Amino acid sequence: MSRTADPDDAPRIPLLRAEGLVKTHYGEGAPAHAVRGVDLSVRHGEFVAVTGPSGAGKSTLLHLLGGLQRPDSGSIRLDGECTDSYSEARWATERRRRIGIVFQFFNLVSNLTVADNVELPALLAGTGTRQARAEREKLLAELGLEGKARSMPGELSGGEQQRVALARALVNHPRLLLADEPAGSLDSKGTREVMRLLSRFHQRGQTILLVTHDARLASAADRVVSFFDGRIADDAELGGAPARGTGLSGVLELKD
Amino acid sequence: MRLPLLALLSRGPAHGYELKQDLEQLLGAAYPQPNIGQIYVTLGRLEKSGLIEGEEIAQSSRPNKRIYRLTEAGTEALRAWFEETADEPRVRDEFFMKLALAPRTGLADQIALINKQRREYLNTMRNLSKLSATEDRDNRIAQLLIEGAMLHLQADLDWLERCQEELEGLE
Repeated sequence: MSRTADPDDAPRIPLLRAEGLVKTHYGEGAPAHAVRGVDLSVRHGEFVAVTGPSGAGKSTLLHLLGGLQRPDSGSIRLDGECTDSYSEARWATERRRRIGIVFQFFNLVSNLTVADNVELPALLAGTGTRQARAEREKLLAELGLEGKARSMPGELSGGEQQRVALARALVNHPRLLLADEPAGSLDSKGTREVMRLLSRFHQRGQTILLVTHDARLASAADRVVSFFDGRIADDAELGGAPARGTGLSGVLELKD
Repeated sequence: MRLPLLALLSRGPAHGYELKQDLEQLLGAAYPQPNIGQIYVTLGRLEKSGLIEGEEIAQSSRPNKRIYRLTEAGTEALRAWFEETADEPRVRDEFFMKLALAPRTGLADQIALINKQRREYLNTMRNLSKLSATEDRDNRIAQLLIEGAMLHLQADLDWLERCQEELEGLE
């Protein structure tokens, strides 16, 4: 959590570099070309959102980038290191150390307490018991969940469960946080909360790749990749001045 | 601007500058404030049409100020205002015409138009998020104004997505 992004000393090698990724799902019926030749780089400290309609293949892309699925062809480099020959076990290790993931449906372990859900990946990664607890306490406090350590996931609201999932994803200080529709099953208050937290972690230097169909959530990122039909249709840096005059006052003005 | 000013005056008489402050307090920093000149002009028109009446108050050390109060006709106009429902929002006509006509001109590509428009909307969305974060959280009216703008923009973005799905690969 103490890491900060300084663009000057950030390495020139991208944190993540995907080249020519292709993934086709063969199920019943016609094969689904979920990812059809994607090149994508994510620099250290960047917050990138991938948006597009449902079924465009953006979740598949995220799964490929997190090693949850393997591409039919193409290559993924993490910190310059080629991952193509990684075994399942190696990917599992990377998902504990270098990559944190949050999902739409939280995927918490339902028969473990909130505290254990967060501490488990730290313990599995070899962190000592005392330190795992300290990390967990710090994160839960940070995420406004101090009083919930002994609760079971089922006793929490959706927004709270997603915050626990975020704590779990960040407990090992991964270099890359992948978020797959993290507000997809939350109400608008929960959505705003997730948006605020992602922005906050990003401001402290956390690299984030977010997949969402929600433009409000995507606008928290500094780069938005529009994904259509398995391909990147547009890749835009945000934060520049609006191209035209109206901008904010135009959308907020109340007319008679 | 006319009816909001009438509505503010229904609480009691006030002068132009007080009305401006009332508006600012109600709508927060999010709302692009009308300038004071605009307010005075509108008050003049409302007075001419008999919806408010003004009274000159002499001040010893400063120029006179004009205090306005709502007339019976003004209250009626306000009632009628609350009675009506508001118009529906409209599709972005200008962009839509560009999209519809681009292929005939050979001067612009539909997908490029959509991408460009999306970038602009996303930037505005980002600015709205920032505004929402800086605006007073307890000012519900101001927060609702920003959220309304965001939801409209979201709908426009969804619609751009639909356009892209339909038009991609057709040219």
